[in-house]
Amino acid sequence: MNKKQKKMLARILIAAALLIAFNFLPFTGYVRFIFYLIPYLIIGYDILIKAFKGIKNRQPFDESLLMAIATIGAIAIALTGDGDYTEAIAVMLFYQIGEWFQSYAVGKSRRNISDLMDIRPDYANIEVNGKLEQVDPDEVEIGSVIVVQPGEKVPIDGIVTEGSSTLNTSALTGESLPRDAEEGDEVISGCINMTGVLKIKTTKEFGESTVSKILDLVENASSRKSRSEEFITRFARIYTPAVVYSAIALAILPPLVRMLGMRLPAEWGTWIYRALTFLVISCPCALVISIPLSFFAGIGGASNAGVLVKGSNYLETLSQTKYVVFDKTGTLTQGVFEVNEVHHNQMDREQLLEYAALAESASSHPISKSLQRAYGKEIDRTRVTDIRELSGNGVTAKVDGVEVAAGNSKLMDKLGVKWIDCHQAGTIIHMAVDGKYAGHIVISDIEKPHAKEAIRALRSAGVEKTVMLTGDSRKVAEHVAADLGIDEVHAELLPADKVDKVEELLEKKPQKGKLAFVGDGINDAPVLSRADIGIAMGAMGSDAAIEAADIVLMDDDPLKIAKAIRISRKCLRIVYENIWFAIGIKLICLVLGAVGIANMWLAIFADVGVMIIAVLNAIRALFVKKL
Amino acid sequence: MKKTYKIDVDCANCANKMEQAAKNTAGVKDAVVNFMTLKMNVEFEDGHDAKSVMKEVLKNCKKVEDDCEIFI
Repeated sequence: MNKKQKKMLARILIAAALLIAFNFLPFTGYVRFIFYLIPYLIIGYDILIKAFKGIKNRQPFDESLLMAIATIGAIAIALTGDGDYTEAIAVMLFYQIGEWFQSYAVGKSRRNISDLMDIRPDYANIEVNGKLEQVDPDEVEIGSVIVVQPGEKVPIDGIVTEGSSTLNTSALTGESLPRDAEEGDEVISGCINMTGVLKIKTTKEFGESTVSKILDLVENASSRKSRSEEFITRFARIYTPAVVYSAIALAILPPLVRMLGMRLPAEWGTWIYRALTFLVISCPCALVISIPLSFFAGIGGASNAGVLVKGSNYLETLSQTKYVVFDKTGTLTQGVFEVNEVHHNQMDREQLLEYAALAESASSHPISKSLQRAYGKEIDRTRVTDIRELSGNGVTAKVDGVEVAAGNSKLMDKLGVKWIDCHQAGTIIHMAVDGKYAGHIVISDIEKPHAKEAIRALRSAGVEKTVMLTGDSRKVAEHVAADLGIDEVHAELLPADKVDKVEELLEKKPQKGKLAFVGDGINDAPVLSRADIGIAMGAMGSDAAIEAADIVLMDDDPLKIAKAIRISRKCLRIVYENIWFAIGIKLICLVLGAVGIANMWLAIFADVGVMIIAVLNAIRALFVKKL
Repeated sequence: MKKTYKIDVDCANCANKMEQAAKNTAGVKDAVVNFMTLKMNVEFEDGHDAKSVMKEVLKNCKKVEDDCEIFI
């Protein structure tokens, strides 16, 4: 509680106590009035002052004025009638309790959400004359060496120069899988160092570091307003004056009609009372507070799960996603090649791989790397001589004096070796040893462990169609798509073709559904921005991806896409619940007030009660763990 | 030029009013008030001094919502 809230709480308690005590006073008439004026002024003086200032500044339609008119009106009725001031004071009291609660709840949730996102490092350690000194991370220059002790956050991106340790990336990715870091590894800020002391040479300034970028992004996210928020703002601008004018009409017209048209007693008191009830109900606060709060909580919850949403509007769009378009490499597959099979080998599998790895030992191509990995032993370069690389075909070399050729079918044709085609999808390396065909090795990009599950999860989350775009060969693409259960594949695409394909899909999709494109942020920035919503994954440390995408998945787990959609659905459901609930209750109470069924108490519920319930409902958007 | 200011205001509707008031101030190209983070992002028109514009913004905000503060 801050100072303002404490003061308000004291005023509420004193006024409530006085109100109860004065019930036992024997006075009547003006003495009673003056006594009751004390708690009224204690609880309502600031409202009266604000109302007066509002009139002075020509901003009459604010709630302070409504409350002032309503309560002064109720006091006037009591003064001329039964002398029951309790109602007027209670209305003011409950209004203030509601305001106090709102301020407390919003402050609390604001703190909760910022705590969730609190990955900001407060200091960096720099070694000066053998002693550690804590400095502001803003002051650390590029190329300085900082020391990160166990339990501390890595404050700035950099490269480890000394020490090895395990890093906890959960604050960034929402995943508690630890990562190892040793000399020469790049580390990004925001991770927590768990075991050993690390010396890190910084490669970026603090302001450009991952952690600063992420904080910036999340903090500014709720400034991009969603359509629901804009609707509410517009609604509030019309709603309040409309209710005020209706209240005036309700106070004047029915009595006049009764008096002149029907020759009945006017009953001014009754109708003015009903009009005042109207004014109390009229405050749009429940709506105006709960909608942005729901989005804010939703964005906070999502970022806690490792999903960064750049704005409320994107959360809204994401919830309507019907088509999900994937890039293949790096998104559904790991982008790392691996030896899958060895076919038709005329010699031992191990020996064939050994020949292949040695022949390719001079190359740093991902395919060569995968062969070397599959071989798994130290490569003795002295055994290899006469390496000749034939661009686009493969290599020939002498291994232990034996002629070895490794490459595609064109290379085999060139060497006049008869080769056997492979039925499997992937990159095929044919091998010829000593001029004779020795079999082929199948190398393919491996699917991510959760890719299949991710597609299934998307479907159960209500996505109607999944599409995969890739520059890879048709055979490979179709194989992966069939394996994962993807509906549509477009293969052998150049980067520019991907934009065209996405545009085609945008035209085909149903009007209301949205299209999301998921990529790894490398060279698909134009597609990310062309789609209704661009999702970049595995984006830790990649500025380009964070820049281009609307939603950033901090780790590269495709399962998070479905999770992000579920989070957005939940958030939007809460938003709509709040809109319907708040508008519905208010309209019902207005009708009941107009026909005289609702009294001031119900009006207070319609104002404060609805607001409290809506705020509590909004907070639910924060809880996304079990989604 | 864009700048971000911390603000203090109690209710969400008041924050919306402040946003409108700031937008209608001379020298302000666009303004967004974020009630949840209590921040006001102001984009100034070229050739206007941020400090003097913000003084006007504060004055206009005080008019629509007495109980608000902008930390300039």
